[in-house]
Amino acid sequence: MMNLLEILQKEFGEAVGEVHQNYGDDTAVVDSSRIVDILKFLKEFPECPFDLFLDLCGVDYLAQSASGGRFEVVYHLYSLPKKKRIRLRVKIAGEKPSIQSAVPVYPIADWFEREAYDLLGIRFEGHPNLKRLLMWEGFEGHPLRKDYPIDKRQPIPTLGNLL
Amino acid sequence: MDLRKFFGDTVLTTRIKDVVNWGRKYALWPMPFGTACCAIEFMGVVSAQFDISRFGAEVVRFSPRQSDLLLVMGTINYKQAPILKKIYEQMCEPKWVVAVGACASSGGFYDNYSVVQGIDEVIPVDVYVPGCPPRPEQILDAVMKIQKKIDPGAKLE
Ligand code: SF4
Repeated sequence: MMNLLEILQKEFGEAVGEVHQNYGDDTAVVDSSRIVDILKFLKEFPECPFDLFLDLCGVDYLAQSASGGRFEVVYHLYSLPKKKRIRLRVKIAGEKPSIQSAVPVYPIADWFEREAYDLLGIRFEGHPNLKRLLMWEGFEGHPLRKDYPIDKRQPIPTLGNLL
Repeated sequence: MDLRKFFGDTVLTTRIKDVVNWGRKYALWPMPFGTACCAIEFMGVVSAQFDISRFGAEVVRFSPRQSDLLLVMGTINYKQAPILKKIYEQMCEPKWVVAVGACASSGGFYDNYSVVQGIDEVIPVDVYVPGCPPRPEQILDAVMKIQKKIDPGAKLE
């Protein structure tokens, strides 16, 4: 089979940046503006359809905020027929990070994106129901951000704002 | 009339309060609120090896309305705290609470945004059990301390 990363680079050109391979796992750093197209391409790629959306998570690289790439969203896809994995990393700049939602391509991304929004404050544009997932309504801030104070406690919610 | 003189040692005299408390302390009905690993230790406490029924507390109820001893075993996070409070409020008086393990007593090593730093932020606690997790003997010790608290005049060997 062809090298998947090369195919991606050929198909998406500039949008695919740094790539590397480790122990059979492919990783590509891709441009945030093309992420939905790339996901769609991989899902429908005839030779190796990535039909399983394994994971989506957000990362906060606080130290890199000066260079404009504080947040990152990482996608893990798996191809059941070809038993192949690929990891896509997307850097997002700014204090109010936002990226296109993957839900139209992979509906399962729904709760993953809500989790990343809840804990890191990354907005997923076009998400059908972008609400907090783990923290309660009325919680302030995003607790997994590296600048969230480690000893900050918020008032105990009432049963009302849990239901 | 001195009853003792009249009946000799064929009768015992006591106060109603003492009899009731004597009954209560050997018939604690625990409600296990197990949220994490400490609750596994409770399984050991109720099983044959340690056998909580030796202390009369083996009737484990999963309804707070039927129980008088709330055993909080495990990590309580902020979203769970209102639920714990509601369960406590549903228990009839008199009632007692044991915080089993480091998490329930103080938050344990989860010193973070999501974990209540000790359930006494939410409900009153009678006995705290240290350990992560505590040994079953420690949970039995907590039951004995509760018994002592129910009946302060009683001697416990
Ligand atoms: S005190 Fe330790 S054993 Fe008990 S619930 Fe907490 S982490 Fe688990």
